[in-house]
Amino acid sequence: MTSTGTIFQREINAYFLSPIAYVIIAVFMVFSGYFFSVMLGLTQEATLRYSLAYTQFILSILTPVITMRLFAEENKTGTIEPLMTAPVTDFAVVFGKFLSAWALYNIMIAPTAFYIIFLAWVGSPDYGAIISSYIGLILMGGLFVAIGLLVSAATKNQIVAAVIGIVALLILLVIGLASTGNEGWFYSCLSYLGTYDHWDTFTKGLIDTRDVVYYSSFTALLIFVAVRIVESRRWR
Amino acid sequence: MIKVEQLAKRYADVFAVDHISFEVNQGEILGLLGPNGAGKTTTMRILTCYMPATSGTATVAGYDVFRDSISVRKQIGYLPENVPLYPEMRVKEYLTFRAKLKKVPHRERKLKIDECIEKCRIKEVQNQIIGTLSKGYRQRVGLADTLVHDPKILILDEPTIGLDPNQIRQVRQLIKELGEKHTILLSTHILPEVEMLCGRVIIINKGKIVAMDTPSNLESQLKSGSNIVLEVRGNGEKIKNALSSIKGVKKVVWHDKGEVNNFAVEAEKGMDIREDIFSNIVKNNGVIREMKQIAVTLEEIFHQITTQEQEVMT
Repeated sequence: MTSTGTIFQREINAYFLSPIAYVIIAVFMVFSGYFFSVMLGLTQEATLRYSLAYTQFILSILTPVITMRLFAEENKTGTIEPLMTAPVTDFAVVFGKFLSAWALYNIMIAPTAFYIIFLAWVGSPDYGAIISSYIGLILMGGLFVAIGLLVSAATKNQIVAAVIGIVALLILLVIGLASTGNEGWFYSCLSYLGTYDHWDTFTKGLIDTRDVVYYSSFTALLIFVAVRIVESRRWR
Repeated sequence: MIKVEQLAKRYADVFAVDHISFEVNQGEILGLLGPNGAGKTTTMRILTCYMPATSGTATVAGYDVFRDSISVRKQIGYLPENVPLYPEMRVKEYLTFRAKLKKVPHRERKLKIDECIEKCRIKEVQNQIIGTLSKGYRQRVGLADTLVHDPKILILDEPTIGLDPNQIRQVRQLIKELGEKHTILLSTHILPEVEMLCGRVIIINKGKIVAMDTPSNLESQLKSGSNIVLEVRGNGEKIKNALSSIKGVKKVVWHDKGEVNNFAVEAEKGMDIREDIFSNIVKNNGVIREMKQIAVTLEEIFHQITTQEQEVMT
C-alpha cells in the first residue's frame, strides 16, 4: 500500500506542477457557475438539483481530460519502463493513479460549496438533499475517473484517451437519459446501465444502496480491467 | 548473478531474441554488443521483468524473472535506453520518489540519495527541474536512480548514446567505478566502449549470439592476418616480386605511382614479416619511405561477424 501512496503523491504533484489542474478547475468553475446562476434565475428555488443535472454533462467532458495523461503520457515518453521495472505491483500503480485523479476531481468540485453558502444567504435550502448530491457526485466521479483511466492505459496518445473517454461517458449519460420514463425490460436495463438515473436519486436527497452499489461495483470492475490492461504488456 | 537459458522472444513471426544462453558472473562487466535491432533491448527488458519471454528461462540473483518478478526487480537497477524521466520534477524530488518506490527505508533514504548524487556528480543540478537538464545530466540522473536502492546488478541499455565526447568519457568513467561494486550488464553498439569497459563481450545479431569472449581474445581469434602498408621508392615490378617471395605472404597489392610505389601486403595469421620486408626491399635497391602495420580492431571484427554471419563460437 505504501507504493500506492508514493504513486498518488507523485501524480498529484504532477497535476499541480503542470497547468492542467488549474485550467480544468477554472473551466469547471465557469460552466458550473453559469448553470447555477441561470437555473437559479429560472426556478427561483434554493436548490442545487437543476444545476447539478447540467453539471453531470460538464463532468463527462472534463473528467477524461483529468485522466488522459495518467498512462498515455507514460506510455509515450517511456517513463512507464522505469516505473514498471521498479518493485511495485501493477495494482499499486493503477490504484495510486486512480486515487490521484479522483482527488483532483474532488478538488475541482469543492469550490461549488460557495453556491451553498450563497443559497443559505438568499433562501433556506434542503441540506439533506445537498449532502446526498455531493455523495452522489463523489461516487460518480470515481466511476468517471475509472473509465478515463482505463482508456488512458490502453493508448499512447493523450488526445485519443480524452476523446474516447468523453464519448464513453456521454454514451453512458445518453442511454440513461433517453431510456428514463420508457417501459420494458430493454429500457430498464439501459437506464440501469446508464449513469443518469442513479445520480438523479442522489440529487433528490435519497441515498439508495442500489445506486451506491452501482457506482462502487462498476468502478471496481473498471479498475480491475485497467490493471489487466497494464499487465497485458506482459503477455503480448 | 544472471543466468539465461534458451531465452526466446517472438514478435509475430520474427524472433527478436532467438534462443540465447549466457551467464553473467558476479562482479563482472559484460557488454552486449550488436547492431540496432539485434535484440539487445528486448533481452534487457526480459531480464528486468518489463516483458516476458516467449520461451526459455532467466534467473537474476537466483530469482526467476517470471515467477519472482518483484524480488528480481529489487535486485536490479535498470537504465532504459534514452533515459525516460519525468520532466516536471526536480532532480532530488525525482530521486526521492524513486527511492520510495524502491522501498529504501525512510531512515536511510536521505543518505542514500545524497550518496548517489555525489557518486554521479549531479550535486550542482540537484534542485533543477529535470526538463531543463542537458542530455549528459539526464543520463547521470538516470544512473543515480539505478543506484539508489543499492542493487547488486545494474542493467544499462546504451548508457552513452546521444552524448558528446566529453560526456561519454564522464559516463564511462562512472560506469567503470560502479563496476568495482556492482555486476553490470550493458549494451552498446559503440565498440571502443566495450574495449574500455567490459571484461567480456557478447556479440549478438538478429537475436542470436554470434560470439562470446573477452575483447582481446576475440581480436586474436579473428585476426585473419596482419596487413602492412608500404610506401617505397624504387623499381615497382622488382620489389613486388621480392615481396611476394617472402615466406608467409598471402597477397601483395601494388599501386604504381611512378617514382613512388604503394604496396599493401597481407601476411598469414601470427606472422611478423616486417623485418623480412625491410631486408628484401633494401636488397632490391628500394628505399622505404613508410611502413605501417594495420591492426584488426574490434570494429572490423564486429563488422565481419555481423555482416557475414559466420559462427565463431556459441
